[in-house]
Amino acid sequence: MTTPAPAETLDLAARFPGAVSADTRPGYTGWIVTPEKLLEFAQFVRDELGYDYLVNLCAVDYLPENRMEVVYNVFKTTGGPGLTFKTWAPRTDPIEIPSVISIWPGADFQEREAWDLYGVKFIGHPDLRRILMWEGFEGHPMRKDWQEAFYDEDVKPFKRRWPDGKHVYAEKRAVYGDNINFKPGFDPEKWTPTDPEEALYKSLKKYKSETTDGIETDHIIVNMGPQHPSTHGVFRAVVVLDGETVVSLKPVMGYLHRNHEKIGERNTWLQNMPYTDRLDYFNSMTNNWGYALAVEKLMGIPVAERAEYIRVIMAELSRIQNHLILIGMLLNDLGAYFTPALYAFEERELILDVFEAVSGSRMMCNYFRFGGVVRDIDEDSLRKIKDLVFDRLPRKIEEFDRLLTENEIIVSRLKGVAPLTAEEAIAYSMAGPMLRASGVPYDIRRADPYGIYDRFDFDVAVRYNGDMYDRYLIRVDEMHQSIRILQQAVKSIPEGPIASQKPSYTTKVPPGESYGRVEGPKGELGFYLVSTGKPNPWRYHVRTPSFVNLTALEKMCIGTKIADFVAILGAVDIVLGELDR
Amino acid sequence: MKDEDLRDLNLPNYEIPPELTGQLAITTLDRIYNFGRRSSLWPMMFGLACCAIEMICAQAGRYDMARFGMEVMRPSPRQSDVMIVAGTVTKKMVPAIIRLYNQMPEPKYVVAMGACASGGGPFKEGYNVVAGIDKFLPVDVYIPGCPPTPQALIHGMILLQQKIDRQSIKHVRWYDGKKEDAVAVPVPYLGPDLIDPRRIPEIKAKAAELAAQEQQIAPQQA
Repeated sequence: MTTPAPAETLDLAARFPGAVSADTRPGYTGWIVTPEKLLEFAQFVRDELGYDYLVNLCAVDYLPENRMEVVYNVFKTTGGPGLTFKTWAPRTDPIEIPSVISIWPGADFQEREAWDLYGVKFIGHPDLRRILMWEGFEGHPMRKDWQEAFYDEDVKPFKRRWPDGKHVYAEKRAVYGDNINFKPGFDPEKWTPTDPEEALYKSLKKYKSETTDGIETDHIIVNMGPQHPSTHGVFRAVVVLDGETVVSLKPVMGYLHRNHEKIGERNTWLQNMPYTDRLDYFNSMTNNWGYALAVEKLMGIPVAERAEYIRVIMAELSRIQNHLILIGMLLNDLGAYFTPALYAFEERELILDVFEAVSGSRMMCNYFRFGGVVRDIDEDSLRKIKDLVFDRLPRKIEEFDRLLTENEIIVSRLKGVAPLTAEEAIAYSMAGPMLRASGVPYDIRRADPYGIYDRFDFDVAVRYNGDMYDRYLIRVDEMHQSIRILQQAVKSIPEGPIASQKPSYTTKVPPGESYGRVEGPKGELGFYLVSTGKPNPWRYHVRTPSFVNLTALEKMCIGTKIADFVAILGAVDIVLGELDR
Repeated sequence: MKDEDLRDLNLPNYEIPPELTGQLAITTLDRIYNFGRRSSLWPMMFGLACCAIEMICAQAGRYDMARFGMEVMRPSPRQSDVMIVAGTVTKKMVPAIIRLYNQMPEPKYVVAMGACASGGGPFKEGYNVVAGIDKFLPVDVYIPGCPPTPQALIHGMILLQQKIDRQSIKHVRWYDGKKEDAVAVPVPYLGPDLIDPRRIPEIKAKAAELAAQEQQIAPQQA
């Protein structure tokens, strides 16, 4: 089910002779660009071909071929299939690739991630620091030849644990008796501590004290987080303040970096499914879908008809509860301490009941399988869903709307705050509601349809001011649209099998690459997978909306008051499991 | 009252003079102290990962932990009694968690909520994951589950209450004075990897041993 390359890209090799060649490895698509011509090529792709929206950037370590590749997935904000191009450098340090940040500013964090985890040096990146691990950490952990302290084998199932079934504690096997590793001869007493924060503060301290009206003023640095009630988890922001106004801001993340990708590359294809639940733990159903979609693309298998409907129902229910919580928590951030959130949680519980009934778990559903879903929806659950989507939820969303939308506090705190223009939103690779609130009607369900979304009648919610108020309104709009989709889906769900494949522990995935993307409630959730035909993925990369959407956080916050920062962050709708992975 | 009379007060069937019945209840200091602590367990408003969401759910309408006096979530460690470690503990985060624990006034309790906080959970093998908060903090209650349901959390908190009921003011960790880390735990720091100050000699010896091994192997190869 690979989408054919659009016609206008077909002569790229001729356009850049010697620098660009088609990627002819079996299962791969797109173009390979030499690093020297990368910027010129990217400029051409963006300006001449119209691929203005850089969605995914990640590194792939081809250890046997001694190649470090960087993959770029670009799309058009007017819709349609995307373009993939890659560049590569030999795997000997320093690995140097030009940074595309001047062309797509949204590459900022993604390039820092590739530097942190793979040690790819992006020439021209203004602030190339580690992003998920701390400064001073030894090694680039995602490289194929880097081994963690609890290393067992390259891939699962680990023979030592199976089939004997004898369990040995990982601590007993590890050299240091714990999940730590040091170089031979390391002496913690003689080691001089380097401040992991030094580079961070250096990147902020370009502001000097100045004199205004004869009074000497100074900027102060405020650390918010990682333990802070309003950062939605263990997120940290370092803010430079001039009085109450934000002058500069750097998000610091990685406090929940739990190595999804490294573990994912050791897991078998199927074993990754429950891990995806824990990415965006509000929407495990959508995460499942993204991963299932990417693997199905690789395998080239169809999805059972009934399962397609079930998937839509689950994903849209998930979207509604996510937006409800978002609105409740946003109000929390604005100072309406917990009352709206309690109303939101009441509705969410009802949706979680449905999830629990169909999948067996409230939050970590682990419900999708390649080619379908794992269990059928029974009549009872379907009736419950019908009650919800025809009666209860529309009524409650209406109630939220009545309670909040015209509320004086909401309007005065949100209107006109932290606007982002459409051009900026595209440049910073914003996704999902954040992009659509800025006036870009880009919804993957329409722009690059997956599943059976082309069968439903719904509008792409879009708002044009790009301010906080629009970011709130777009969530309300989207809930209305989700209700519309749900009503059509539960009416027309057919009978039949729920999976196109027989259930099995092992999955045969042909070699190749694929990028599967779904419109998650927080934005585009993408999975970039590389298969070598083995039972485990060679590369498992998750492009998460929370992570990329934060690229524009500094841009949005500068010039606003510190009190608004909390709300701005709330409206981006981050979730730490997916931000740090 | 003489000393002997005071001692009598501790006897179970001490007779209360008739004029004081209905106005006086006799109990032990432990019981009244424990009653105060167990009836107002204020958790710290502090979530790490997925489990935190279930913690919020337990606070919200349907499960309503307020019924047990545990609803007052305090964002400041100075005002909280129990730290619910709700989620995966990472190496980058653990110094902050220990610092927060040290800032909590005693009596203080730690609840490890979920598989990750108890022992690393599904992410144990990860290079940035601490396999369980009990490597650093004394944990009172472990709650299994990934994530534990709100009911499980409430059950865990009730177990903690029962544990408090059995404690004696004479023997609690923080008034004992014998254990070094009774109140404050040494804060680990981030070097080439996470360094626990308590394990420095061990790490040093092991690293030296590895270096010696390497030197032995090197001449052989040459």
